[in-house]
Amino acid sequence: MNRPIRRLGIVLGVLLVALLINITVIQVVLASDYRDRPGNQRVLLEEYDRERGPILVGANPVARSKETGDTLRYLRVYSNGPLYAPVTGFYSLVYGATGLERTENRILTGKSDLLVVDRIDQLFAGEQPKGGAVSTTIDARAQKAAFDGLRGKRGSVVAIEPSTGRILASVQSPSFDPNLLSSHDPAAIRKYYATLEADPSKPLLNRPIVALNPPGSTFKLVTTAAALASGRFTPDSVIPGPRTYQLPDSTHKIRNWSGQSCGPDDLVTLRQALAISCNTAFAWLGNQLGDDALRAQAELMGFDTSFQIPLRAATSQFPEDPDDPQTAMSAIGQFDVRATSLQMAMVASAIANKGVLMNPYLVQEVRGPDLAILQTTEPSTFDTTMTPLYATQLTDMMVNVVENGTGSNAKIPGVRVAGKTGTAQTGNDNPAVAWFVAFAPASSPQVAVAVTVEDAGAPEVSGNQLAAPIAKAVIEAVLRQ
Amino acid sequence: MTIPSDVLAPVASPTRRQPSRRNLELALLVFAWGIGLLGCLQVGWANGEDPTSQLWIAAAVVAGLTLAMHAVVRWQARYADPFLLPVTTLLTMLGLIMIYRIDVAAVKRAILNGNPVPTPAAYTQLTWFAIAAVLFVGVLVLLRDHRILQRYTYTCGLAGLILLVLPLAPFIGTTVNGATLWVRIGGQSFQPAEVAKVLLTVFFAGYLVEKRDSLALVRTKFLGIGLPRLKDLGPILIAWLVSLGVLVFQHDLGTSLLFFGLFVCMLYVATQRRSWLILGAILFVLGAVGAYYAFGHVRLRVTVWIDPWAYADDQGYQIVQSLFGLANGGILGAGLGQGFPNLVPFASTDFIVAALGEELGLTGLMVLLLLYGIVVERGLRAALSVRDSFGQLLAVGLAITMALQVFVIIGGVTRLIPLTGLTTPFLSYGGSSLIVNWVIIALLLRISDRARRPEAIVVSQDDAVTQVVRRP
Repeated sequence: MNRPIRRLGIVLGVLLVALLINITVIQVVLASDYRDRPGNQRVLLEEYDRERGPILVGANPVARSKETGDTLRYLRVYSNGPLYAPVTGFYSLVYGATGLERTENRILTGKSDLLVVDRIDQLFAGEQPKGGAVSTTIDARAQKAAFDGLRGKRGSVVAIEPSTGRILASVQSPSFDPNLLSSHDPAAIRKYYATLEADPSKPLLNRPIVALNPPGSTFKLVTTAAALASGRFTPDSVIPGPRTYQLPDSTHKIRNWSGQSCGPDDLVTLRQALAISCNTAFAWLGNQLGDDALRAQAELMGFDTSFQIPLRAATSQFPEDPDDPQTAMSAIGQFDVRATSLQMAMVASAIANKGVLMNPYLVQEVRGPDLAILQTTEPSTFDTTMTPLYATQLTDMMVNVVENGTGSNAKIPGVRVAGKTGTAQTGNDNPAVAWFVAFAPASSPQVAVAVTVEDAGAPEVSGNQLAAPIAKAVIEAVLRQ
Repeated sequence: MTIPSDVLAPVASPTRRQPSRRNLELALLVFAWGIGLLGCLQVGWANGEDPTSQLWIAAAVVAGLTLAMHAVVRWQARYADPFLLPVTTLLTMLGLIMIYRIDVAAVKRAILNGNPVPTPAAYTQLTWFAIAAVLFVGVLVLLRDHRILQRYTYTCGLAGLILLVLPLAPFIGTTVNGATLWVRIGGQSFQPAEVAKVLLTVFFAGYLVEKRDSLALVRTKFLGIGLPRLKDLGPILIAWLVSLGVLVFQHDLGTSLLFFGLFVCMLYVATQRRSWLILGAILFVLGAVGAYYAFGHVRLRVTVWIDPWAYADDQGYQIVQSLFGLANGGILGAGLGQGFPNLVPFASTDFIVAALGEELGLTGLMVLLLLYGIVVERGLRAALSVRDSFGQLLAVGLAITMALQVFVIIGGVTRLIPLTGLTTPFLSYGGSSLIVNWVIIALLLRISDRARRPEAIVVSQDDAVTQVVRRP
């Protein structure tokens, strides 16, 4: 009987090999395919099984993980969810992650190479792997002031520390509650998400860095910088500022808001033109400088560049090839000029920082699970946008705007505030956008801020009325510390 | 010719002086304990816990039981195969560790949810293992020679058949998850098919030894293959019908497959006629195709096997989760205590291999399969070296039972073949399976001991070669 036994042994050996090949195919060849299949909860569960690191504002965790008795072991909890939503984003079972939750995911889950030592430690200590912490550059008071200021309005605020590029505030209104998107109940998450999607005011949009609006008169700062840089104009240069400006090769005319001419004999100094936001003077200036000079200055200040802070900001635009009337319109921040609040805050911070524009950033430090600092973001220069002299001249002109011009609502007793108002038409049907761009104190600026209020609802939309008080509140919040 | 005076002493031929290899067995056993202990500690570490005193007690119990088993082997089956005990000990411990690990997860979840803490299955399994050890010792002590079993051929056959249909009996039979394979008596339930497996193997061996000459007869040849006589077709047809009966009345695809495969393989070994294999294959295909068209539950198994993704949320949930788990394990595994084996329903019984595959990875599963390979190979080796036909057939039968069962369940869990419910020998949670598989190992040890033991009892010169076996 030995021969059949041996043969049977061979057959059983073949069966064993079949099993071995089969598990190799599953666990090696098809493994990544299976991991990516819809309905595979394991990848997600693995993420939810680790204690995800917190996102910190100062010493306060604004996003942290709480242990539950769920299949999903940890729940993401946001204190002051809507306040910090543009910074933290959400961490959702259904819709993935956004904001810092997305960009810093590897740190927060502990998978980053920065955390390799901690991982080894945890392995030897037999601890459950924990994620690292992310410290933001956000200033809690500035964030709160901006949030309170925007309450009931639609818009956004970005505040930057000019000397470093640290983003002190990034606020939007309306906002959403990331807690409701990060729960463990897919049905409730879907329902809330659908409500947000259906909302015409788009609460899910990361307004401070993504919403592109025509910057209106705040763009006159860029035009002024270009004028000074050309060497042909000084703050005291006298330029034409008539009641209307006939656009070249066109039947259209540009009017001033007031409907008046900007000065006696239709003449005005550059300083005064900025102070009263004289449209005709800047349109004329735009044509004098030409679109290339305007674009060059705008690009030095961050237009046409995509910034990652590390959240990806929308690229602010200066039109590619405008004709003369379009150039005139662009010089006053209309036509196809589009900017985010972040971009206009960068313009202000460049002027404030003696012409040197720092790259904006949101992550101050990466910390280990024990909160030991693993990496600190070093401030870096984006570009030198103008000479220190021009920067000083422009600063003085902006102080003049607040003290003697259109930006009166940003006045702070005892502090020299530099600012610029703006009101832009977003199109025939669309309502106006109110802007205010400022920094303070003018001599040694600690904060640069841009406020955008969209669809203010009021027929008389003006930057000074709607946006300047918010900018003032943010500046006060920063300076009070 | 004069008879030497020391004729009652072992024959002093150099080729007969076999080393007992018991020390090798002990060394391997200690090695197995080491791996088991490491596994226990790893589960603890993954949960951030220091080893508890309970863990040490459990480890000591396993070590104590297997050491006792080793001592009995040393005493009662000195020349038995040295690999079987350590390998199956390691398999049992891996099962215990995985069951313990799934317990830990369940307890943790219950505490966090404020639910009552479930009874840990690991301790129940440990109790079953203690009972298995007692039966293991009982077999080795009471069954001094496997040939005694041959006397009970028909008794075993009858008992096996009764056990097989027992789940259908009123009052005690229980249907779990659609399959009627449980018997519940006084709060305790067991799977009689597991016991029937051993009894029927004994029956097949005894029966085939007796009938193999006539079954091997060839009347006609067809395409060069000798066909058996028509009147000899009875046994295989009966085995086929009984298997179909199990499938029809108990919905137990796995057991049905196992018995028929076992019988056909043993028939082939006994008669050395390939025609039986071919006939068996034809009957199998007929049965399988018939069952596919006749029974919804069989059809469902096949449909889910072909495209589990289409049924990922209902009937294919288990297999899909099993595949996800295996994929998550990858080459090196998630590590004990760090995967999500509890996502697969029945993780500690039918799908324990998926759980082990997730946490120990491809590497671990390969080791696992090779361990089974060793058990089956040692069984076949015992069959090759034992000198009596009954012993040969019994050893082959037991080895094949093990091999087929492992192939059917692991193949099912890994989607090589359609899924059928069978326990994974030594690993799965469940008393019947664990105890019966340990009895199988005891029987294989007994046979291998017989095979390698020097002939000690020589009554007379005439009897030196021939052993007389009395049958009732």
